Amino acid sequence: MSHLDELESISVHILREAYANFKHLGMLWSIGKDSTVLLWLARKAFFGHVPIPLVHIDTTYKIPEMITYRDRLTREWRLTMLVGTNRAAVEAGTTYPLGAVDRLTCCRLLKTQALKDTLGGQSERLRFNHASDRYEPDPSTEPFTGIIVGARADEEGSRSKERYFSARDQHSEWNVADQPPEFWSQYKTDFAPGTHVRIHPLLDWTELNIWEYIEREHIPTVSLYYNRGDGKRYRSLGCYPCTLPVESEARNPAEIIRELKTGKFANIAERSGRAQDKEDGGGLETLRREGYM
Amino acid sequence: MTMPLATSPAVSADGAAETFMPIVIVGHVDHGKSTVIGRLLADTNSLPQGKLEQVRAACERDSRPFEYAFLIDALRDERAQNITIDAARVFFRSERRRYIIIDAPGHIEFVKNMVTGASRAEAALLVIDAEEGVRENSRRHGYLLWMLGIKKVIVLVNKMDLVGYRQSAFDAVCRDYQAFLDEIGLKPVGYLPVSGRQGDNIAAASGEMPWYTGPHVLAALDALEKEPPATDRPFRMPVQDIYRFTAFGDARRIVAGRITSGSLQAGDALVFYPSGKRSAVKTLEAFNGAPRAWAGRSAGFTLEEQIYVQRGEIAARVGEPAPRVTSRLRASVLWLGRQPLRARQEFWLKLGTAKVKAEIEAITRVVDASQGAAGQSAAMAAAPAMRLNRHDVAECVLVLKRAIAFDPASEFTDTGRFVIVVDHEIGGGGIVLEALDDARGWVREAVVLRNLKWEKSAIAAETRAERYNQRASLVLITGSAGAGRKAVARALEARLFDSGKIVYYLAIGSVLYGVDADLQDKDRATHRAEHIRRLAEVAHILLDAGVILIVTARELTLADLEIVKTAVDPGQLETIWVGDAVTTDLPFDLHLPGGEQAEAAALQIKRRLQDRGVIFSP
Repeated sequence: MSHLDELESISVHILREAYANFKHLGMLWSIGKDSTVLLWLARKAFFGHVPIPLVHIDTTYKIPEMITYRDRLTREWRLTMLVGTNRAAVEAGTTYPLGAVDRLTCCRLLKTQALKDTLGGQSERLRFNHASDRYEPDPSTEPFTGIIVGARADEEGSRSKERYFSARDQHSEWNVADQPPEFWSQYKTDFAPGTHVRIHPLLDWTELNIWEYIEREHIPTVSLYYNRGDGKRYRSLGCYPCTLPVESEARNPAEIIRELKTGKFANIAERSGRAQDKEDGGGLETLRREGYM
Repeated sequence: MTMPLATSPAVSADGAAETFMPIVIVGHVDHGKSTVIGRLLADTNSLPQGKLEQVRAACERDSRPFEYAFLIDALRDERAQNITIDAARVFFRSERRRYIIIDAPGHIEFVKNMVTGASRAEAALLVIDAEEGVRENSRRHGYLLWMLGIKKVIVLVNKMDLVGYRQSAFDAVCRDYQAFLDEIGLKPVGYLPVSGRQGDNIAAASGEMPWYTGPHVLAALDALEKEPPATDRPFRMPVQDIYRFTAFGDARRIVAGRITSGSLQAGDALVFYPSGKRSAVKTLEAFNGAPRAWAGRSAGFTLEEQIYVQRGEIAARVGEPAPRVTSRLRASVLWLGRQPLRARQEFWLKLGTAKVKAEIEAITRVVDASQGAAGQSAAMAAAPAMRLNRHDVAECVLVLKRAIAFDPASEFTDTGRFVIVVDHEIGGGGIVLEALDDARGWVREAVVLRNLKWEKSAIAAETRAERYNQRASLVLITGSAGAGRKAVARALEARLFDSGKIVYYLAIGSVLYGVDADLQDKDRATHRAEHIRRLAEVAHILLDAGVILIVTARELTLADLEIVKTAVDPGQLETIWVGDAVTTDLPFDLHLPGGEQAEAAALQIKRRLQDRGVIFSP
């Protein structure tokens, strides 16, 4: 069994465990390559179906191609698509760089806070109505008790401490120092009222594994990852004020794989184009303890 | 393909050509785990440029002797993603492959993290100080490695420089430790005399110990082969779920799970345990690619017949050794919870995909890791205990609320492991040593045999259900004497019959003098279990015929219900308690007043049957 097959089998097992154990289960889809691979793995796990609602936190600062791509796959794959936004912060303008806040505060409001409120059902969720072909307010305010996330251990320091199934308390906070053990293929599928569990099926995958899998499975990905003639591409996707493209000639997954293995990125971390990481001392631990993905 | 020697962990695990091996490193405190790791990093050129010199200079500045262990601290202090270490892992590589040391020592919660790491590890390095010899955690960690199923253990006898590189010192430690390992039945890959501080036998052969001709640590690691998946063994697949997703006109009913042993093909005859249900594999299923169904793969398949199987069962192949089915077992348990686990305290046990309430019946042996030199043959002392304290490892007898399927871990690793959940947390884990008899074993065996020998009708249950416009069901009506069970049953029978259903009412008394004629004790005290079993077998026949069967019996208990469930699909069962006073421990689906209100009660039961899809609204 190849390493990719092994990774796939473990991730599928985790997705099925999550689906069997959590009544209110959601899957975060950032539109990026990792959570898109996660979405693909869900289709693997459930034989072409995606019986889990997808949740996208729209900061309103996402690169427009990302939204177009999101809605295209939503239609084609008949996804249950939920979108949450911190409307209050966007309307008050407490965002970077428009308002007088720094990047971390902006992340906290538009991502962490929006995520907490969307998952907890405190703020309005929009749900894509396939019949009317548009987003409509979701009548359900049921909080999610299990949320599947595409975090990888190799992305940055704090994520390597994660378990596959990782508990978050009532305030979405993460107690890094005191986590339960994870034996074999048995996960934390029990949780106290008011808490939720974050599930990380991609923990063992590397950036290279992700691209090899995209290439092998022909997974449709957003075009921003590829050089479309200007010698630039995004290596990691986020909000346009804080995410910069890298210089690269790679036009497709195969060329990205070559570039990652032997080219100039072989020794440079993936999130080097993400400005907010640097304000957090090189890691995302502060943000993640508070509930950032 | 070639890669630069020091690569970022973000980009080096290559699926195709390069392999990587996750390992753990364990041993007693101060026996030199960190020094060995530091040396491995330095000697494999896995450190960032100038790091070694920087740490040496810092030591010189602070006037303290340089230790390779300081490298680990220095690297960890950098916080940012690093090519050598992150918060939970250390990376190095040899010419053969990449290694990941999962959850390197030095963390406060070492045992919990070690367990998590070792659960994913292929091999372990166990470090023992040559001068200090075998200590408490040398034994405890060795036992844990055995329990966690790590078969490839390399024992490093470290600090050989402190004992003058003498072979006699090395041999003494090996003898001592081997005596302990013999008791638990763990065979190490080998014993290596090393010095982390001096670099002897770490990544190069040492010139100090001409008497030793074996490999150095890196060579010993490189010589390890990954355990091949157990594809040629009997088939095992814990059922994760039965999927029936109807979107896009999909009509497949897919049994899904991760195969833990053996392989599967269309046409294979399967038995599901503990139910004993059998059917043949119709198709193997997969999305975007050919289905691959062998050990290690997450798989899915459809069955020839629409039998009722559920999550928690284990699929095995007809004709191959079957898993054990019982509610009592002997196990080796590691407890990590903050609070002690007491005998008779209720917890959840999760094994494969089964989850069942359980408790410790008896703690038979506590592994006493604090014993002195082995050879006293008592590293595991008989010590009757009433509770397991944090970090205890012990042999226990566990009783489960209902029987599940499993294997002894010595026969099938994956289906012989379980975890213990208390207060929503995994507090411990264990492996099954052996299956023990329980009170209901004979009922289950009878049912498994009956299912195997059952001549199946050519008319499928689904076809019958479509024709009769109902799903076969057993409505069990119970309650105290005089509560009006029979009146409710008759009212329900009449109501269902009038709406065209195929329905039959059977009181337990009707079975007593015919089917049970050979059982003397008609008041059901001594033969109660057998009376209930026969009633359930009669019910099973009628359910197979597609009937809605209404049964009345006085004051059924949880134990009675368990027997019924052994013989009848729990999914076909409705339990109704009639009368205000609930006098037994029976869990019921519906609680109804009896007496004069039989008609109203019958109507409520009928509604429930509609809600449950047993019958359909007119």
